[in-house]
Amino acid sequence: MAILDVQHIEKSFGATKVLKDINFSLEEGQVLAIIGSSGSGKTTLLRCLNFLETPDKGTIAVQGNTLFDAADPATQRESEIRRKRLHFGLVFQSFNLFPQYTALENVTLARELMAKGEKTGESLEAIREEGKVLLAQMGLQDRMGNYPHQLSGGQQQRVAIARALAMKPDILCFDEPTSALDPELTGEVLKVIRGLADQHTTMIIVTHEMSFARDVADQVLFMDGGVVVEEGTPEEVFGNPQQARTKQFLEKYKGD
Amino acid sequence: MFWTVTQSLLGGLGTATQLFALTLLFGLPLGLVIAFGSMSKWTPFRFLLKPKKNTGRKEGLAEEAKEPSEFVKSLAAFRPIHALTDLIVWVVRGTPLMLQLIIIYYGPGLWFDNNIWGSAASGRMFACTVAFVINYSCYFSVIYRGGIQGVPVGQREAAEVLGLTKRQTFFKITLLQMVKRVVPPMSNEIITLVKDTSLARIIAITELIKSGESYMKSAGITWPLFYTGVFYLVFVGVLTILFNFIERKLSYFR
Repeated sequence: MAILDVQHIEKSFGATKVLKDINFSLEEGQVLAIIGSSGSGKTTLLRCLNFLETPDKGTIAVQGNTLFDAADPATQRESEIRRKRLHFGLVFQSFNLFPQYTALENVTLARELMAKGEKTGESLEAIREEGKVLLAQMGLQDRMGNYPHQLSGGQQQRVAIARALAMKPDILCFDEPTSALDPELTGEVLKVIRGLADQHTTMIIVTHEMSFARDVADQVLFMDGGVVVEEGTPEEVFGNPQQARTKQFLEKYKGD
Repeated sequence: MFWTVTQSLLGGLGTATQLFALTLLFGLPLGLVIAFGSMSKWTPFRFLLKPKKNTGRKEGLAEEAKEPSEFVKSLAAFRPIHALTDLIVWVVRGTPLMLQLIIIYYGPGLWFDNNIWGSAASGRMFACTVAFVINYSCYFSVIYRGGIQGVPVGQREAAEVLGLTKRQTFFKITLLQMVKRVVPPMSNEIITLVKDTSLARIIAITELIKSGESYMKSAGITWPLFYTGVFYLVFVGVLTILFNFIERKLSYFR
């Protein structure tokens, strides 16, 4: 069974239809890359999955459980959405680390609050240890006590990835994770994501890094104007695109 | 003479400090409440725009036949708490504090023949504090709102995605970032408050200037007036040091 199943998602902002009948599914341990030009609806789709936007139509199911159904208001209750969104992790383009907390605190804060608030029985020590392991995994063992403004963009983004991983999401989403970085710094972030792919982390990556997408993805969606224009393996989409729009788009990235 | 004047001015300073402290004690939290009021997104009439239950076949027809009127649309978007707080803030910021003091102190006695404040000095002080708290909390609320809205949306979104409740997001994420942002404008407002305490004399409260001025009338000397200026300068000087300290304390993050 697919870990994620998205059916007939539609979303409008005012009179603008941003997403028009989006359907896709994702298998556990696979990486889905979503490519397309700016304004094609990629980010909005990711935000819908993370409940930052509410789709007007459609359903989202994780491991066969319908988390969201636009026709069923019972699935949209605030208190439940808070739990449901933990199925997903999101890494933002602009990192969005909490500036008043150290790298380690950024990683552990949500887990600690959850342990305190919901009496999960997790010891704060254990959470902190786990946070340290995650940061070490990101190559940041020397940076745990630093505040975000003391870190480079690439380091900040790696902290953000550790922070998302700390919540143990089923599916980790990336919204153009390297678009706000200097070219020299994109490499270190992509390397970390590649490492996660090697460990079979289920991921959805919205990206403009075509060679990276081709390399790391098991499945590629090309979006344009709010619809999925083409979908397939990287070999199919990059190597032998069927749609004129896809060819035209990929032409721009030739030599990338 | 110098000692007598100093003692009398210290009395005035005590009154001014009391008014200052009470205004902050009640005005700072009340300002935050008003800030939340003006940011309230509560739209009790939005149900007017809710689409009818999906009946299947006739869906398309029903939607097109009933485009809601402009009036219904604006009623649905109406935010009563936001509107009410904005009205209050407009009136309070739009009229002089002196006028508010006079109305709050004398109003009840004149209109209802019932001076709820009593005529004792404590009654005057009470009325004065109420006026100051209302007035200053409205100014504070706008500063708070700026501070809260200045925190990037991404911060709230990141907290949301991590499963934090709205409460946790405010207290653990937004609050400290807001405080850092509001310290400079707040320090302006609080320094103004120090000097505004002199308005209390309009309802016959003997604050600093009134204490100093009395020597001009009784003994024909003006130096006590300048002396009050020194009191204000020292008061504001101490506050400035305090604000600098807070800013330094909060400079560990950006």
